[in-house]
Amino acid sequence: MNGRISDIRKLPLTILKYLSLCFFSFVAVLPVVSCFITAFKTDEEYQSTNVMTLPKNWFNFGNFVQAFQKANMGRAFLNSAIILVFVLVFSVFIGTQLAYVLNRFAFPGNGLIRSLFLFASLLPGVAMQVAVYEIMVKLHFINSIPGYIVMMCGTDVISIYIYIQFFENISNSLDESAIVDGASYFTIFYRILFPLLKPAIVTSCILKGVGTFNEYYAANLYLQNKQKYGTVATSLYTFVGPLGSKYNLICAGVIIALLPALIVFITCQKQIYSGLVAGAVKG
Amino acid sequence: MKKKRTIGEWARSRDGQKFFVITAFMIVPLVLLFTFTYLPFGEMVGYSFFNMKYVGARKFVGWKNYIKVFQRDDCFKALKLSLYYMAGSVVQLLLSLYLATILSFKVKMGGLFKGLMFFPFLINGIAIGFIFKFFYTRGFVFDTVLQWCGFRLDSLPYWLRDQKINNWSLVGTSVWRYFGQNMVLFIGAIMSVDNELYEAAMLDGANRFQQFLYIILPGIKTIIVLNVILSITGSLSAFEPPYVITDGANGTGTYFVIMHEIAHTQQKVGLASAMAVVLLIIIMIATLLQKLFFKYVFRSAEDEDKRASLKRERRLARYGSEKGGNTL
Repeated sequence: MNGRISDIRKLPLTILKYLSLCFFSFVAVLPVVSCFITAFKTDEEYQSTNVMTLPKNWFNFGNFVQAFQKANMGRAFLNSAIILVFVLVFSVFIGTQLAYVLNRFAFPGNGLIRSLFLFASLLPGVAMQVAVYEIMVKLHFINSIPGYIVMMCGTDVISIYIYIQFFENISNSLDESAIVDGASYFTIFYRILFPLLKPAIVTSCILKGVGTFNEYYAANLYLQNKQKYGTVATSLYTFVGPLGSKYNLICAGVIIALLPALIVFITCQKQIYSGLVAGAVKG
Repeated sequence: MKKKRTIGEWARSRDGQKFFVITAFMIVPLVLLFTFTYLPFGEMVGYSFFNMKYVGARKFVGWKNYIKVFQRDDCFKALKLSLYYMAGSVVQLLLSLYLATILSFKVKMGGLFKGLMFFPFLINGIAIGFIFKFFYTRGFVFDTVLQWCGFRLDSLPYWLRDQKINNWSLVGTSVWRYFGQNMVLFIGAIMSVDNELYEAAMLDGANRFQQFLYIILPGIKTIIVLNVILSITGSLSAFEPPYVITDGANGTGTYFVIMHEIAHTQQKVGLASAMAVVLLIIIMIATLLQKLFFKYVFRSAEDEDKRASLKRERRLARYGSEKGGNTL
């Protein structure tokens, strides 16, 4: 009885709660859904109907095919996949090794190196690219996918903090008993500690993976030949210009480009959330 | 011969091994850090004193570039656009805090709502650019929805062209993109607050608002402060929305958009470098001031606690001695 009375009293609050959730979910979804609707419309339909009118034929994949070909998306997906794999593998190795050394050994300069990395994270990327550009030219890294990969690995800071944090929670006694058994530091790192780092690696790979896949400013600057070296993010640039008002085509391109993110999100939602939270508490 | 053996011995010893592992594991990241952060940083400071392009002759001009940054109409004045983005980030912070609080308690289909609001964060910037060019086009998505709500099309402005409103339109896209991400961060922080505290508060009859004010807010103080700092530096360096949606046209060019244009289109590398250095200094000062400010606020709050408890103890002691005196 008592419960029901308090339920009734809470009713306005409950309504307000669900109303705001529905409203903001609608706001979040509307721009993407309108794109999705438009992507299925034929040229004639797109010109004659309102944007929010549903398409007549939900199986009209013509725009998708055309967008895929026009923006050379096959090539772009291949490039993006190559970049993603190499950047992730390299930055996992570099990051975990660095974190291991910084966490487990006291040596002169340890604190200095930590603050160098911390300071680097404060510098806004766009401003730095003014001068990085010159260095990329000197290294012959313009229009070079390996060059772009190296640069992407070099500007990664946050995952190092995730690893260091994780190392702090792995007891030092593990290392010590291995040292007593005569294991070298390399063995300790690769055989004992590296496998234990798996959750931290998954977390940082998800964060870094999303960042790398979506990166377009540097990709646009350094991979200038879009036909050959375009990534999924930059290949959409093809639609600026002569095709700029054919939104049914552009929307199809946009939907194709966000499909990988959507699939990853649906399959590992939990890890993405926990990865974000872990990455944010570094400060 | 003897010396060589000792080096070999040293190499096999623990100390030697330590040295090898430290060198082997740090050399690559340090070289990368130097090449892509500190070397360009140093060069950029150097460039800022020259009149130069990426290729060709350069001429030393001293502080002229810096003077230009403050004098030119398009440079320093562009920084006032960041006020729009700051206002936006306040809205974003409050909104995500509100939604996070709702979603931290029992909600039907909470996971779905959370996912829908978070997803924009995962879309790449160029795609977002196209989505919102489409969204704001005259008579398209936004206008249609507003017409459903009873607005007349002629009374609506051109969202990206009208200088009275276009910066707000761009700030809106930024809020749209990040409020879900902030919300997820806040949910994570709220979840880490001890559950017993809520139960105790419930038993004491605290309502939702009191719970928020006295349990949640203090519990997630750190992450809020972190977000405030990030959003102020982020507003100063606002770049993506105008870069991908309006290309800085019609008075939407933020400081970095103009810097990008000066560096890569006009190829005035010296001036662009000076702009970058000026903003870096401003950001650093802002970060430092904020850190000091929050440190001061928190410390004084802690001091107050200490002082209060000290006072209480003293009062207790006095009370005790008085009482003791009485019984004596």
